[in-house]
Amino acid sequence: MRINGRVASAAGVVAVMLAVAACGSSSAPGTASGTSASAGAAAKPELTLYNAQHEDLMQLMVDDFTKTTGIKVKMRSGEDPELGAQLVQEGAKSPADVFVTENSPAMTNVAGKGLFAKVDDATLAQVPAQFAPADKDWVGFAARSTVFVYNPAGLKAADLPASLMDLSQPKWKGKVGISPGGADFQAIVSAVLALKGEAATKAWLKGLKENAKVYQGNSAVLKAVNAGEVASGVIYHYYWFKDQGESGANSKNVTQMYFGNQDPGAFLSVSGAGVLKSSKHPAEAQQFVKYLNGPAGQKVLADSKAMEYPIGNGAKANPALKPLSELQPPTVAVATLNGQKVVDMMTAVGFL
Amino acid sequence: MLSILVVLVALIPLFFVAGYAFSIGWGKAVTLIWRPRVGELLRNTGLLVVGCVALTAVLGTGAAWLVERTTLPGRRLWNVLLVAPLAVPAFVNSFGWVSLTAKVEGYAGAVLIVSLSYYPLVYLPVAAILRGLDPALEETAASLGYGPLRTFARVVLPQLRPALLGGTLIVALHILAEFGALQMLRFPTFTTAIYDLYRSSFNGPAANMLAGVLLLSCMMLLTLELRLRGHHRYSRLGRGSARVIPRRRLGRTTAPCLLAVGALTALALGVPLGSLVYWLVTGSSTDFPLRDLVATTATSLGLGVAGAVLTMTLAFPIAWLCVRRRGRLTILLERSTYFGNAVPGIVVALALVTVAIRFAPAIYQTAVLLVFAYAIMFLPRAMVSIRAALDQAPPVLDDVSHALGSGPLETLRRVTLPLIAPGLGAGTALVFLAVVTELTATLLLAPIGTRTLATQFWSNSSSIAYGAAAPYAALMVILSAPVTLLLTRNRWRSMPV
Repeated sequence: MRINGRVASAAGVVAVMLAVAACGSSSAPGTASGTSASAGAAAKPELTLYNAQHEDLMQLMVDDFTKTTGIKVKMRSGEDPELGAQLVQEGAKSPADVFVTENSPAMTNVAGKGLFAKVDDATLAQVPAQFAPADKDWVGFAARSTVFVYNPAGLKAADLPASLMDLSQPKWKGKVGISPGGADFQAIVSAVLALKGEAATKAWLKGLKENAKVYQGNSAVLKAVNAGEVASGVIYHYYWFKDQGESGANSKNVTQMYFGNQDPGAFLSVSGAGVLKSSKHPAEAQQFVKYLNGPAGQKVLADSKAMEYPIGNGAKANPALKPLSELQPPTVAVATLNGQKVVDMMTAVGFL
Repeated sequence: MLSILVVLVALIPLFFVAGYAFSIGWGKAVTLIWRPRVGELLRNTGLLVVGCVALTAVLGTGAAWLVERTTLPGRRLWNVLLVAPLAVPAFVNSFGWVSLTAKVEGYAGAVLIVSLSYYPLVYLPVAAILRGLDPALEETAASLGYGPLRTFARVVLPQLRPALLGGTLIVALHILAEFGALQMLRFPTFTTAIYDLYRSSFNGPAANMLAGVLLLSCMMLLTLELRLRGHHRYSRLGRGSARVIPRRRLGRTTAPCLLAVGALTALALGVPLGSLVYWLVTGSSTDFPLRDLVATTATSLGLGVAGAVLTMTLAFPIAWLCVRRRGRLTILLERSTYFGNAVPGIVVALALVTVAIRFAPAIYQTAVLLVFAYAIMFLPRAMVSIRAALDQAPPVLDDVSHALGSGPLETLRRVTLPLIAPGLGAGTALVFLAVVTELTATLLLAPIGTRTLATQFWSNSSSIAYGAAAPYAALMVILSAPVTLLLTRNRWRSMPV
């Protein structure tokens, strides 16, 4: 029997290898577009991007980058904290060349472990200084504003909150929808933590745990507010604009309110990009980051349906958006936003 | 030797979770487990299991009784339609409901929808038993003055016990592992919470400790079922074979009964399929990105085939040992592989991510690791099919072959394999089906750039792009349908245990 089993296993292993090889070659459908244009670029390396940004937006930027440079990019997509923690665990063995997030706290986590190479000065110079940490570990390439969305049918103008902090009061019980499992809301919490300190943040989270209806993702929050399942929600600005751009089916009953006034609820979150120290293709990786916040990348971003704010010098946002200059966000140094601490606090309160 | 190795691989998740709890220290493990959120999840998960077990038992038994024991018109058609929901993954079913109305979110909706997805797991074994019952017992009961209801409760139901327990146990284990359906229905359980924690911290301690609690719950269920089953004997004593049971005439109740079965089918099959068609036709984000669809289908097929072949290959030597060289050790080996049944995909994936990063960086983030995860999870399905087939292939034929001068390889090729081929086919099909609709392990372990039908469906439906999600769901249903049809023919024999 022993012989039989072994032979059978060997045959099986060979079959598995073949099948794996077959499906390996059929994967990554989206990244193939630039291949035929760059026949002479066979020697160019392929970059590995850990992408926590919206996949459709990043695919547009990657395709444009590949078209002009001939450098292919393959993506592993996930959430900010997930991919950030993954990079920390992989350490020097990580296959990633570039890390791109929606929010900055995950960048700070990875930077804290000393895993980033310094971003080129020329790349840093393409955005205002507040959108990058002083130690040059990574650089911003897009921004998004926190907003309060509400259904006027369920919430009168007089009852609107003056501050994000108010939402922990008992009168908001069952009236506010959030997506605490996602990186976006966790970034907002990190801003509250940076602005108000640990004790106040903890108390606020506790109140919110009592009050909030939990949804899976910001789109789901928007949809629920629109349908009147919950009176209001805290999300980022672009979900509403994106839905309006498509059909408005999930946002037609929803009004957006910007807290402004340097309130934690006016937090402007920065999407970051950084080159891993362990990258095997540092030059191309730097080139990709330079593309992201440079004129070409920023134009793709601004013209896309993503509706996020481009932040490159002189870049123009979609005119439908409230101008960046009118948002009155609180001043938070990007490097002080702490992702791991927020996850621990939210775990302790029971959101996770 | 080989078998022991396979079993060790299958037990990686168990060792890992235990080792992890040990390595972070007792105190920290306790603070991570003993917190209000875990209590909340325990309550949710427990209530869901209880509700669904009760509802699937009622739906499954009721439908099986109507089809097997009454004069319900169109019984053959109903039999197929009642099993067909197995071809619609639970997360596609809840997508169908959620995309139409948000009212199904929460506990009641979760119980309803999950039960609609899983009641065939009770229906199939109960129907098989009902078909084979000896009418003599029921006739005796009637002659002793029992009415039909009392006969059912006191005579039939006790005989259904193993089938009901077995079926509902599978339902309960499925619920513990269910992720997509419950995430969509906004009903947090351990599995969805582990995923949320994974997204927030990769494979952090909190996620791993939740995985430990989930694993314990699964094992408790398995033990509970063993206890409840007891040591009764259910087979018929005495000579001769049982007569065919006369069917109960429905008479005037025919219409209401038809209506009931029809309503069940409409809810379990009509709503998800109807909603898929609706989104395919009207969804604003629907387009048919042909290249993507073809590429993802090819990836799913490839992984399905690789997973099925590897799983069957690993299961074969153990099943063979267990049938042909029965002994204490081989029984222990066999039982250990069933453990995969109790390990939700998310626990397997979490364990493999961490183990691979530390000890096997070469296969980390490759399809090899993913296929191994499938093998660990679906080994029991393969085992059941191979064992059943081997049991029916008389070993004396092997001996005859040896006596006629064939070597072991020759015997395997010319005698054993042809005999068990149908069983192997059924097992391969079952594992393939499971791989194609697998979500959590695939989400965590898929290599860079790999997209399967399930993950593409998931990413689209979670960003509320229902129209864009629909084609992937439809393709999954189409791939699953033939295998499900096979189940209705083969009946209970090849059911996943």
